[in-house]
Amino acid sequence: MLALKLAYRNLAGAGLRTWLNVIVLSFSFVFIIWFKGFLEGWNREARRDMIQWEIGGGQFWHEAYDPYDPFTLQDAHGMIPPVFQNEIDQGRLTPMLLAQGTFYPQGRMHSVMLRGIDPDQSILDIPSRLFHEAGESIPVIIGTRMASNHSLDRGDNVTVRWRDVKGAFDAAEAVIVDIFKSNVPGVDAGQMWIPLNRLQTMTGMEGEATLLVIRQNTKIESSHPEWMLKDHRFLLAEIDQIIKTKSMGSSIFYIMLLSLALLAIFDTQVLSIFRRQREIGTDMALGMTRGQVVRLFTVEGTMHAFLAAGLAALYGIPFLYFQAKRGFPMPEGVDDYGLAIAEKIYPVYSAGLVAGTTILVLVAATVVSYLPATKIARMKPTESIKGKIQ
Amino acid sequence: MKNPIWFLLAGSLCALPAQGQTPSGREILDRIDKNMASETRIVQSSMIVHGRRGSRTIESKTWAQGTDRSFTEYLSPARERGTKMLKLEDQLWMYSPSTDRTIQISGHMLRQSVMGSDLSYEDMMENPELADDYEARVSGSETIDGRDCWVVDMTGVVGDLAYPLRKVWVDKSRWVPLKEELFARSGKLLKKIELSDIRQIEGRWFPMRMRFKDVLKTGEGTEFIVDSIAFDVEIPEVTFTKAMLRR
Repeated sequence: MLALKLAYRNLAGAGLRTWLNVIVLSFSFVFIIWFKGFLEGWNREARRDMIQWEIGGGQFWHEAYDPYDPFTLQDAHGMIPPVFQNEIDQGRLTPMLLAQGTFYPQGRMHSVMLRGIDPDQSILDIPSRLFHEAGESIPVIIGTRMASNHSLDRGDNVTVRWRDVKGAFDAAEAVIVDIFKSNVPGVDAGQMWIPLNRLQTMTGMEGEATLLVIRQNTKIESSHPEWMLKDHRFLLAEIDQIIKTKSMGSSIFYIMLLSLALLAIFDTQVLSIFRRQREIGTDMALGMTRGQVVRLFTVEGTMHAFLAAGLAALYGIPFLYFQAKRGFPMPEGVDDYGLAIAEKIYPVYSAGLVAGTTILVLVAATVVSYLPATKIARMKPTESIKGKIQ
Repeated sequence: MKNPIWFLLAGSLCALPAQGQTPSGREILDRIDKNMASETRIVQSSMIVHGRRGSRTIESKTWAQGTDRSFTEYLSPARERGTKMLKLEDQLWMYSPSTDRTIQISGHMLRQSVMGSDLSYEDMMENPELADDYEARVSGSETIDGRDCWVVDMTGVVGDLAYPLRKVWVDKSRWVPLKEELFARSGKLLKKIELSDIRQIEGRWFPMRMRFKDVLKTGEGTEFIVDSIAFDVEIPEVTFTKAMLRR
């Protein structure tokens, strides 16, 4: 208790020097918590969006389907096994058919992935219910990125060309019946959504699908040897890896920021011990053991971290709360990189994150405070009282 | 540019027999094959791509064997010089000297335009065996550029044809197609090919200039000009290997 009182008095007595250290350290506190919360928020939003828009509660892939190998795509389709029909009828599964094609907006040629989806499905957020008859034309739904990139709007007609299951070219006019907005580029950029039956007829793949999407929080007991179950762990591995990489990369910033703050504390400790030799000698002459003096100086240094935590709480809590409520707006265009990124990221701060960061900073501050104080253990009290440099 | 040529060579045919009487479609296909097909050929050509900002010419040399194998080296402009393409049946590789990499053209890339032309890589993969794959029927007679032509409608008889429907205008006296239209299964017109500058080479009539037009695209199309062509010459087997791409 005495050490705490003395430490606080000494710190308060140091004035501006103390507060500069505290302020810098508090910045580290707030930044680390904010950035980790930001990444966690991004991670959660991206996972949620991908589940809602693209992957559902998991998927069954046709055995030949490999989204990373375009050579497989033309063969990645097969009859929907009867064993899944009951699940489809109950709305627990929805089939999707993929086919590569070309479309010609304003007379320019572009590749496109044609995705057939059941208009009555409700497993994914794709607004398939908006499909409606468009006469001879193919009703198509696209995302805002696709619309923007190719200057397409609702009601526009565009020629689409594709190959049927036997390789024959076919082409027809398509009409854009709706444009949806999604944070998931995988369902938007270069994608055209078409009623499943229509795409099956167009490609001569009646009754076939490339993958089956499972409703969220649904366990499908049925299985088929040619259809591979892909769970969230597999389907979200990419975003997990990206977040992990981002997190690792951001650690460099944490280390730099903390190093600056801790270096300041270290310097302060060294200076204190140098300037307060007489005090140290007197303390020891009055009966304090070397350990008690070392403890006093260590507590003094560590108290920087406590004060920083208090200061960080003072301005950090309102700031972090504000960010969590209002979100952090992402620059335009970042979602064009192919990652699921919302327009605003809402940081998520867990108790573990706050406690972990606090403990990290406290331990680090204690270590850098203790190291210079060990010099005290080697001091001779008589020499210290004389103020002799040791 | 072997492919446009190839496309042309194997692809646009149908013609007929003797003047005055209407030949059968089969006869026309046979006459065209006899006139234009060859075991091997070496073609030096220029492809003129008409774009929005002007035209550019790409020169190339192609060694081809039958319908399945071809090797093309681009000679100019400087930016394309050294680029090579190898087609082996239904696979296509491209070597780019700037990256010193060989890549297999696949997926959506197959649907991309070849150097901005009206031909896609997919078009270059076509291996039509017209006489076997199509049923031909003479539907009339028309004049193109002052030449009397038979109009031949072709309908695919096998399922794996890129263009299930074709229409060809064949010179009645020289048995060379002067115009061809390629249709989708739905009957939608996809491509037009016009052939001109017909010359007699090694005893056969051959179109030295062709204009390809993807009718779904805007623009003036792509011209393909044969600067020189040699038929049935010996081509070393090694020419059609991936090792040649990096040489």
